[in-house]
Amino acid sequence: MAIFQVPNIKIAGIAACVPEDEYDNNNYDWISEKERQTLIKVTGVEKKHHAKKGTTTSDLCYVAANDLINQLNWERSDIDLLIFVSQSRDYIIPATAGLLQERLSLSKSCIAFDISLGCSGYVYGLSVIGSMMATGMIKKGLLLTGDISTLNTSYNDKSAFPLFGDAGTATAIEISSTVKPMLFNLQTDGGGYDAIIIPDGGIRNFADKETSFTYENISEGIVRNKFNIALDGIKVFNFSLREVKPNVNNLLKHNNISVDDIDFFVFHQANKLMNETIRKQLKLLPDKVPYSLKEYGNTSSASIPLTIVTELRDVVKSNKLRLLLSGFGVGLSWGSVVLETESIVCPPIIVHKD
Amino acid sequence: MQKNNTMNIKDFIKKIEEEFEDIEPNSLLPNDVLAEKFTWDSINALIFLAHVNVEYDVEITAEELIQSKTVQDLYDLVESKYLKKE
Repeated sequence: MAIFQVPNIKIAGIAACVPEDEYDNNNYDWISEKERQTLIKVTGVEKKHHAKKGTTTSDLCYVAANDLINQLNWERSDIDLLIFVSQSRDYIIPATAGLLQERLSLSKSCIAFDISLGCSGYVYGLSVIGSMMATGMIKKGLLLTGDISTLNTSYNDKSAFPLFGDAGTATAIEISSTVKPMLFNLQTDGGGYDAIIIPDGGIRNFADKETSFTYENISEGIVRNKFNIALDGIKVFNFSLREVKPNVNNLLKHNNISVDDIDFFVFHQANKLMNETIRKQLKLLPDKVPYSLKEYGNTSSASIPLTIVTELRDVVKSNKLRLLLSGFGVGLSWGSVVLETESIVCPPIIVHKD
Repeated sequence: MQKNNTMNIKDFIKKIEEEFEDIEPNSLLPNDVLAEKFTWDSINALIFLAHVNVEYDVEITAEELIQSKTVQDLYDLVESKYLKKE
């Protein structure tokens, strides 16, 4: 079981950025008024931000990171590690992390690489950056996470279009000799790789001008091509309802932590019905489970840090907190972490004029 | 969660009626065909999945849902899984 701890590192700050254009699901005219209202109620997503064509996830992460570095008064030359977690990279090759290293004016002695994960990406990213820094040789690092999911989602797919929003985030990590270890439980089930998938454009199904662009009628209300994201709603739903609860419970039990010891449970913002079902399974009070879904939708690997920025900003800035963060979805990949934060730097959400 | 208790269809129906606004209270009968009583679409299917997961701690697949035509079918499906758990 991949339950492990990472000592000596802490979160110094978190920033999040969204593109300026707001999409209101009340205007989603692909479906009837009645269905639209049901969908908004069940998913919990009223509005979300859509990037203009040409804006990349790295653009949003750059804005968030730049602001965060300035607020922290960090010397850019001190940052020796940059990890970019995303499934919407700037180019097929090269990796996006290098572009960000250059753009953020970090030194050439900086390690920079990408991790391809979505919903679970923030928790996985924390475990990787933490593990690399835990020995104390690297003192400052940046974890940049997010996705632009709206560009490759079909408007005529009611199962996907109303859910996703775009966002990029930056988390500053530094070494600390006083902080409690971060406690992780990470899991994978590649058997469900096709539950959330963009089938074409990689090497398995190389882009084909005949078949990749052809729109297909999948079922009532679902028309998409093979560059569009495809969601198997029931499969993802059953997976989340089956796996998240034991993942969280095993992590808590293994470390002798009770639910009451945790100040807030910040879950990946999948959709309201799924998240509320998980909350009820775990018997958590609503006050301890913040949501950013209503205004921002499902923002993939940005959802956890974005929810901290939009919903918990005042408390994380001024308090010492014990948080449980849990991400689950595409891969299928899921994981949770228990960590402590103390008076972190947390600027208000940035709206980027793209 | 009400493990250790046995299920009965009366409670099962009552809870479904509470879960779905479209259904009038005390209107659903075991032999009713689901598609005729309310919009048995993908969203309502997910609401149902979530409901039985929290209430009875059982998991139902898309295929099993499609095969369930009546309220009784759904009940039998959930009950069979529920009993296996005990």
